[in-house]
Amino acid sequence: MTEIVVIARLVPDLVEELEIAPSGTALDLSWLRLIINEFDNHAIEQAVILKEKTGANVTIISPEAEGVEDMLFTTAAKGADRLIKLTGIDEEKPTNESLAQTLAGIIKEINPDLILNGVQAHDDIAGDLAPQIADLLNLPYVGYISGVSIEGGQAKAFKEYPGGILAEMEITLPAVLGIQASEEPPRYVAISKVRQMMSTTTIEEIAGDGLATENNFVIDRMYLPEAAEKAEMLEGNEEEVAQKLTAILQDLGLL
Amino acid sequence: MAVNEISQLPFTSEFKESLLKIPEGDRIQTCLQCACCSGVCPFGFVMDFPPGRMIAWMRAGNLDEMLKSDSIWMCVSCYACTEVCPKDIPITLALMTRAKEEALLAGNVPAELQSALEFSQQYSNPLGESSRKRAAWTEELDFEVPIVRKEKRPFEVLWFVGDYASYHPRVKNVTIAVAKIFNKLGIDFAILGPDEHSDGDSQRLAGERGLFEMLAEKNDKVLSRAQFGEIITTDPHAYNAFKNEYPKLGFEYPVRHYTELLVEKLDELTPLLKENGQAKVAYHDPCYLGRVNQIYEAPRKLIEAIPGLELVEMAHNKSTSLCCGGGGGGMWLDGFRWEKSESRLSEWRIKEAVTIEADILAVACPYEPPRFEDAVKAVKGAEKLIVKDIAELILDAIDN
Repeated sequence: MTEIVVIARLVPDLVEELEIAPSGTALDLSWLRLIINEFDNHAIEQAVILKEKTGANVTIISPEAEGVEDMLFTTAAKGADRLIKLTGIDEEKPTNESLAQTLAGIIKEINPDLILNGVQAHDDIAGDLAPQIADLLNLPYVGYISGVSIEGGQAKAFKEYPGGILAEMEITLPAVLGIQASEEPPRYVAISKVRQMMSTTTIEEIAGDGLATENNFVIDRMYLPEAAEKAEMLEGNEEEVAQKLTAILQDLGLL
Repeated sequence: MAVNEISQLPFTSEFKESLLKIPEGDRIQTCLQCACCSGVCPFGFVMDFPPGRMIAWMRAGNLDEMLKSDSIWMCVSCYACTEVCPKDIPITLALMTRAKEEALLAGNVPAELQSALEFSQQYSNPLGESSRKRAAWTEELDFEVPIVRKEKRPFEVLWFVGDYASYHPRVKNVTIAVAKIFNKLGIDFAILGPDEHSDGDSQRLAGERGLFEMLAEKNDKVLSRAQFGEIITTDPHAYNAFKNEYPKLGFEYPVRHYTELLVEKLDELTPLLKENGQAKVAYHDPCYLGRVNQIYEAPRKLIEAIPGLELVEMAHNKSTSLCCGGGGGGMWLDGFRWEKSESRLSEWRIKEAVTIEADILAVACPYEPPRFEDAVKAVKGAEKLIVKDIAELILDAIDN
């Protein structure tokens, strides 16, 4: 049976107002809640669709974070077969390099045909988690995928390019794919099903040894978008507004 | 297919069994097939399986077909079918709601509804707003609204504000009006603020029973720690949850709708009310205040207490009131229902208000101001019709 591994991460929920930590170089996470990374959610959906279409064993691996158990049980309610929580993560986020190292080790044991990950996450600076895993496992990687099917030892995937160009690609398995969108939007599962999973499914814990938090780049400053100069509203009737506008454009040397 | 094969279709027999377990659910067996339910249903004309037909197919042992149809999502849970049923079958409570639960479990959920359910789960409100900002509307007031968690003292009234009342830009005006009236009357009230969760009743009626139970448990946890005399709701759906549904889960709290509280205080309220011009006011009975909970008089008494306002009745009123279209998940299915029916229930209602030459359409449910104001823009001849919650009409008369 086809083995699929999905790496799913929780990210800060942007419904809350973002605040910068006193250090000035990171987000203040104390008030932030976490939700599933939207692209990873699409990767999960794509895996479940493949399972329904061709039969597959789906494993979800998630770095530990507040609420990760609920998220994993939800994936089980959608159809995931095996849930793994990567432990040993403190408040500080591990670097993509060390996370990729640890995940590659776990994935190697599972020996999957297909590894799916969201193509990006809004708290990920480099967006290189999946490519790094592919590199460590010596597997092909293709990103910005929307829609995958499996036939024989090959995956057929659609990759989006800028300018509305869509490529249909054949990728020899095993491979790592960065998912932009699943072929159907992520499904809703009734809470009762999720609750049922909580009492019937177990989450395996694997300790992540050697997770480093020191990046090989330095964040000098993190700040909220700064408001540009305020717009000036031109008041008056059409004639007056037109005159004022002409004067401004002349001042700017545009007329 | 042979008869014995049909009767063995698994979903149908399990579904029927589940209905019989609901209180008075066994009345479904007394259905006369008179089709009153399907006839009175505001969307019956586009349903593949209106209530009567659903019962007929269930009797034939072949209701599995229903799971493939999405027409159950046309049900607005307005109780019109339940009201007219000569055999008192709990059509909305049992049959239609159970059918939606099954459709949802089968993954047959319109995308629009899905996001409201996800938001309710993540943020405890279907609008997808931050739960921390639930009391942000109070910042527009020039007095402090006490929040239970901060004050740590008993209150006479615990005002359960509700989702749309807390966040929706139009409905917030109504919420502010209610707060001002409570303040003027010196009512000792407090709100739960960020600790309030969606009452979950509309999610329940949209088939998400597990979500409803989860939200009810969260609200019970907060309420069981608070000290108060009674709960007052502005939202008839929250009223219905506390009155009829939470007790089934073992969560019992005294509850009234704000119109009931204000009617009780009419002696204090009346001297504050001054004439603000003459107008004919048609009152729209919200399904979950009127038909479901028989509160018809309190809202009307309040309108009649306002000098200059003349209460007029639309063709459909009280127990025959027309649904605004927002119930049973309707707030989250507008696009889907328009695609199916090319009609909006709110527009039918506005036409009725225009027919009796009403100047104002008075409402008492937070779903209604935005729905009816949108409909006013779409119905020819309704341009001058004003939509206001009763609380806004009262505040206008006090402010004047």
